[in-house]
Amino acid sequence: MSDTFQWLYSPIVKEHFTNPKNVFDPDETFEGDAEGVVGNIKCGDQMMFMLKIKDDLITDVRWKTYGCASAIASTSMLSEVIKGMPIREAYSIKPSDIASRLGGLPENKIHCSVLGDKALRAAIDGYLDKKGRSGEFKGEDSVVVCNCLNITDKDIERAAKDGARTWEQLQAATKIGTVCGSCKPRAEELLHEFAHIYGD
Amino acid sequence: MDKRFVYMDYNATTPLRDEVKARMIEDIDVFANASSMHEAGRRARDRVEKSRAQVAALVGARDPESVFFTSGGSESNNTVFNTMYDLGRGAGGRRKIIITSIEHPCVMNSARRLADEGFHVVFLGVDGYGRIRLDELERELDPARSEGGPTLLVSVMAANNEIGTLQDMKAIAAAAKTAGAYTHSDAVQAAGKIPVDVAAWGVDYLTLSCHKIYGPKGVGALYVRKGAPVEPLIRGGHQELGLRAGTYNNQGILGFGLAAELALRDLGGFAKRLSGLRERLKNGIVALVPDVRINGHPTEVLPNTLNASFPGAEGEAILLSLDLEGIEVSTGSACASGSLEPSHVLMATGVGPELAHGSIRFSMGRATSEEDVDYVLEKLPPIIKRLRRMSTVPSSSATATLAACRD
Repeated sequence: MSDTFQWLYSPIVKEHFTNPKNVFDPDETFEGDAEGVVGNIKCGDQMMFMLKIKDDLITDVRWKTYGCASAIASTSMLSEVIKGMPIREAYSIKPSDIASRLGGLPENKIHCSVLGDKALRAAIDGYLDKKGRSGEFKGEDSVVVCNCLNITDKDIERAAKDGARTWEQLQAATKIGTVCGSCKPRAEELLHEFAHIYGD
Repeated sequence: MDKRFVYMDYNATTPLRDEVKARMIEDIDVFANASSMHEAGRRARDRVEKSRAQVAALVGARDPESVFFTSGGSESNNTVFNTMYDLGRGAGGRRKIIITSIEHPCVMNSARRLADEGFHVVFLGVDGYGRIRLDELERELDPARSEGGPTLLVSVMAANNEIGTLQDMKAIAAAAKTAGAYTHSDAVQAAGKIPVDVAAWGVDYLTLSCHKIYGPKGVGALYVRKGAPVEPLIRGGHQELGLRAGTYNNQGILGFGLAAELALRDLGGFAKRLSGLRERLKNGIVALVPDVRINGHPTEVLPNTLNASFPGAEGEAILLSLDLEGIEVSTGSACASGSLEPSHVLMATGVGPELAHGSIRFSMGRATSEEDVDYVLEKLPPIIKRLRRMSTVPSSSATATLAACRD
């Protein structure tokens, strides 16, 4: 409405929402070496990453996102961050890193930023599979709980550490179980364990 | 077109109309307690009673005393459900409540609370346009053909806030009456936009809100048919025949009365003009944006409300893009509600989550002009195009290139 009143999110989010970086242009041809898609239109967001990789370095990146402003801005920011980064390092980027680089996201918008890094990891996993290096970056101690969205026990632990105590809070933080939902019993068990460890 | 400020969220709330604002300011020093016996009190009370008659006239209530003032639509709705709780919890009381699956959250949650208290609550489904099926209502009202015993209350909103669909209140109330059930209608969105007539409809209770008809916030009303039971939600003094305690909100009620009178006076012209703007907006969107779905009923719909879904683009992103252009609307996307679930209204009409997430409600009002509509028609198509181009939901050209990129 006015030029001076603060926008809903941070100025950085606004910039990445209105001028997203590295977004895939349907009219261009991008010869990617890896591609990863996560999320579900039904849940309101879906992200796709395409990477060019040379000597394990991400040399170029394109993405597409169906989602809200924070989701679009998060993907855009992530794409900037990983350009020129070794895939091993990119693999370990956390949603909180992206949120803080965006100047923060409101509590109820954190979940919008969690799909980007998962799409990125899915792309890198695909690349490793193709090169016969499957699972090379998966921490030996991390186990995938939600197969649909590639969410691990480490993700659940992190969410619990950040205060998630209920299934709904865990979903808001990680999007876990929003596709097929079959992971719910195991995820709730883990959540209880971690809540016990990190509880007040 | 030069940048404009276009407010298209009148179903959320409306600005004070000038006449109402002037009248309220003029009376801002009327501070006396309208329950006091002295002259100043009587003067204040006189304004309250005049407003009561004006509000009663808006909804066709012959007896002004069948209307009592509340703090708003939510309080009015809660009063009705609270009354049903008292009626139904006793021995032998009817304990079945029928509402629709597209009610306002305050009716939904009031009904859920009754369900928690052991009432049998039925959430009637709606068709693709958002209308309930009368035969389903009749079946639910018949204890021989449904569960829960005889029905205590049927509560159906006259007009839906999100998609604007109107219900056949006359037929609904008649069916309820035949089954010995009370009928309540949340007419918060209907009042001032379509004719509302409690006598012709035959409802027992009707909810109104002042801030949706260009009056101040914090005031509402509940119509209660003479003889229908009502239990106070707020107990205290003797205000409102003992049905609603609390010192009279002088200026709010004054504003409500005038807003109601003007709404009734302008109703015909307003509805006709807004219908024209709605057609202009609808036809423009359909012509300029490929792959659009218009939600709600094609004819039985509020004249000011247009709800459209843009597959491939997400509602909050559309809303915020429009906002940057000075256009203010609302969306049924989950992202805007802070939950993971999109609009329960659109989901109930069966459009599916993608269309619900990508839905935008344009609700127009008194100040909306053809230029405003044309401005939206200029700004909206490129926004949808931009969001779709960066979306994972395939558009034809993107799919081809993506396929080429896969090995």
